[in-house]
Order: sequence, then C-alpha cells, then structure tokens
Amino acid sequence: MAFERLVGSALCGLAKFITGARAVWHGCAPEARQRVYFANHRSHADFVLIWASLPPRLRRRTRPVAGADYWLTGRLRSYMAQQVFRGVLIDRTAARDDVDPIGMMSAALAGGDSLILFPEGTRNLGDGLLPFKSGLYHLACANPGVELVPVWIENLGRVMPKGSFIPVPVLCSLTFGHPITVRPDEAKNDFLQRARSDLLALAPAED
Amino acid sequence: MNVSATLFNLFAGIFAVLALASAVGALLKRRAAPDAPSAAIDNLNARLKAWWVMIALIALAIWAGDWGVILLFGFISFQSLREFVSLTHTRRGDHRALIWSFYVFLPLQYILIATHWYGLFTILIPVYAFLLLPISASLGSDTTRFLERAAKVQWGLMICVYCISHVPALLTLDIEGHAGANALLIVFLVLTVQSSDVFQYVWGKLLGRHKLAPVISPSKTLEGLVGGVASATLVGAALWWITPFTPLQAGLIALVINTMGFFGGFVLSAIKRDRNVKDWGNMIEGHGGMLDRVDSISFSAPIFFHIVRYWWG
Repeated sequence: MAFERLVGSALCGLAKFITGARAVWHGCAPEARQRVYFANHRSHADFVLIWASLPPRLRRRTRPVAGADYWLTGRLRSYMAQQVFRGVLIDRTAARDDVDPIGMMSAALAGGDSLILFPEGTRNLGDGLLPFKSGLYHLACANPGVELVPVWIENLGRVMPKGSFIPVPVLCSLTFGHPITVRPDEAKNDFLQRARSDLLALAPAED
Repeated sequence: MNVSATLFNLFAGIFAVLALASAVGALLKRRAAPDAPSAAIDNLNARLKAWWVMIALIALAIWAGDWGVILLFGFISFQSLREFVSLTHTRRGDHRALIWSFYVFLPLQYILIATHWYGLFTILIPVYAFLLLPISASLGSDTTRFLERAAKVQWGLMICVYCISHVPALLTLDIEGHAGANALLIVFLVLTVQSSDVFQYVWGKLLGRHKLAPVISPSKTLEGLVGGVASATLVGAALWWITPFTPLQAGLIALVINTMGFFGGFVLSAIKRDRNVKDWGNMIEGHGGMLDRVDSISFSAPIFFHIVRYWWG
C-alpha cells in the first residue's frame, strides 16, 4: 500500500512537472466532501492531471472511472489502474446486461470515496465538448447527497493546434467550477444539458 | 581576492541563515498545535524548503562555471515564458510566432551571451524579434486583435528572456581589478533583490497595516515596502566587499535595484489580477510559479547590468 502511494505521488509529480498542470479552484474549494468530478476528455492522462491537482489527502479518497477495455490490457497498465489509481474499471465493450456501471460507481461512493468521471464517454479528438452520456444523471439520482463538480482541462488546443507539427510548451490548467446536483423533477436531458453547459462555461473564451 | 574562497564563505553563510530560519520554522510548527495546521506556518516552511533547492541550484551552477549559469538562467527563462504564454490568450495564428520565440530567440539570446556578443544580444529581441515576430504572425492570416496579440508575445519575450538574460550577461563584462570575479556580481544582484522580497514579506507580515494597492496586490503593504527595501539596501551595502563598489555605491545601487524589483513584482501582479489568478504557476512549492519568484530579478537585472557597464565596465 505504501509503495503504491509512493508510485502515485511520483507519477503526479512527473505529470505536474511536464504539463505544469495548475489547478484553479473557481467555484469550490478542495474540501474533504464526497464529490463526483466530471471533466472534458482529450487524453488518457486527463484523470492523472485531475488526480494530481487534488491535495494528497483528497487524492487518496478519489477514484477515477475508466474503461476496463483499455486499462486492463497489459500487466503494467492494469497494475497502475487497479493498485495505484484504484480505478473503478468498467467494460465498455460488454453487453448491457453483464455490467452495471451505475451500480459499480455507486458502490465506490458508498465506500466513502469520490469519483472522477468523463461524461463524454470517450476521448474527444476534436474541439469543444461531445454530448454527455446519461450515466452522470443516473449516478446523481442514485446518490443525491453527492456534489457534482465540473472540471475543465485546458491544454491540447494550444500545445499543438490542428495542422501544426511542432508543439509549443504551454502549461495545462484545470478549472474547478461550482458544484451542482439534480434538481427535484429535473428531466434527464435538462440536467445533462445544464451539466454540459456548466462545464463549457469554464473553458476560456475562444478568441 | 580569492574568488572561490569568497564564494564558498558566502554560500556557507547563506546556508547557515537558511538553517537557522528552517529551525525557527520547525519550532513554530511544533509550538502551534500539531493537530490544527496553520496555513501561514505551513506556507513559510514550504517557502524555506524551496529556498534550499533554489540556492543549492545557483551554487551548483556557479560552481560548474559560466555555462552552468547560462544554462540555469536559460531554463528559468524557458519556464517563465511558458507560464507567461499560458496565461495570456493567443490564437492559432500566433502558433508560428510562439515556435520562433521558444525554439529560436530564447536559445539564440543565451548563445549570444555565451559568446560575449554584446552588440547583438542587446538588440536581438528589441529589434529583430520585434520586427520578425509580427511578420510571422501576419502570415497566419488572422487580423483579430492583431496588435494586442503581437504585443503580448513581444512582452513575454522581453520580460522572460531579454530581461532575465541580463543576469548571466554580467559574466561578459570586463571590469578592471575584478577579473574572474563576475559571478560575484550575480550573487550580489540575486541576493540583494531576493532578500528584498523576503524582507518585504517579513515586514509586511509583522507590521503591515496600510495596504499599498489592494486592487493589484492584497498582500503588499507600505510597511512591507519601506522595511523590505531598506533592509535589503543594508544587505547590499554590507556586500560591498564582493563587488567593485564602495559601501556607499553598493548601498545606492542596492536601493535602485530593490526599487525596480519591487515594481517588477507590482507590474506582473497587475497582469495576474487581470487574468484572475493568484500565481503564475505552481512549480515552486509555497512560492507559486517561476515567474512569481523572478519578477523582481527581471526588472532589476538590465538596470543593474547597465549601471555596472556604464560606470565600471
């Protein structure tokens, strides 16, 4: 356990050093509350950046939700995903009835941990934000006491804009927004729209 | 004067002061209830830890010789420019200008200093980059806020590369009776200006009542400014023996560079406030980013360089 923690801290240090990831706590503070951090997804390192931006005591109680079909291939990768990051690993390729993602995530929340979730469901290789999958809504309904915190990860667009081949070493930043919860009687699509526009509002103006 | 013996004694002295400060920090931490962490004390200890690393790096660079110092400040410029560019908006059309800044002008500036080419390193960025970068940006065919964007890139290069590079540029000066001792000028500059930052922080925390400009920097107070600059001016005067200056000259020069250093922090704070952030980055635990640490050096180094070059060079 102690060794995994050391590996985790070393990885966070490395990720911060390379990307210079800077956390901006815009709408909430890094408090020890149970939360679901939901973020835009551009690269496999995204959750490491969120994880690294949290103070160590929160980091230990925060688990990323990731695709088992990616993270459980290869021994090193599955060691990292299971032992170091303590990921909640969901098989996206399995048939609907075989896995219960909401159940798995709720179980993690019931254990007192917070989660990191990418509601676009997959990496977005273009600009902006894809439509959200409904998982965020169902998770929020099943766990009404948990805050949902939007996190905008800003980086890739400027490091290497489309059509260029040389990266500029700009630093990444993560903006944490105001926590939200599902309103009484809020329809699924309304909630997903609201969550998505709250996340988009954290993105720096396109100018 | 035996330069290496002087340097050795100087750094031994600095490390002794740091050890004392760290002991006080540890004592404060113990005395404050161990279960109720105090943000101020933790920040103080984080800052002290970072000072150990920063001073060790400077000592190591000076020990390695001229190229060590040039590499160190080249890296400081690189990191500062990263932080500056990351916080200022640029557009896709600026990408090429940024590539030129990071991969051509930055290294070239330091190569020119390494080869002691004074005539070119003083005009490379104010003349050549100033004219060539807007040309490169205009080829991006994007006119939105063109002047503003061109100004931002130029400003970043001036503050982070041109100004900072005047620290290692001190190595290129030929001063009569001071041959081989130019590294001591760097120690004088860095120690004086950084001690001014530390004293401003200390005096501000102890006596700070009157906020200087809450809109720009909530932590800067009149007491901190006066106490800090005065204390650091005394430090500068007390260091006269490592420089070609008399004690009075050393004190006057220290006053000038400390004042410039203060306004360096002030001006860069104004940019941070406009961008709505507290620090330029998070590279140095307790201090913020690289640019938070070297803003005062950036504004004082070129002035110091030209004072020394004009009257002693």
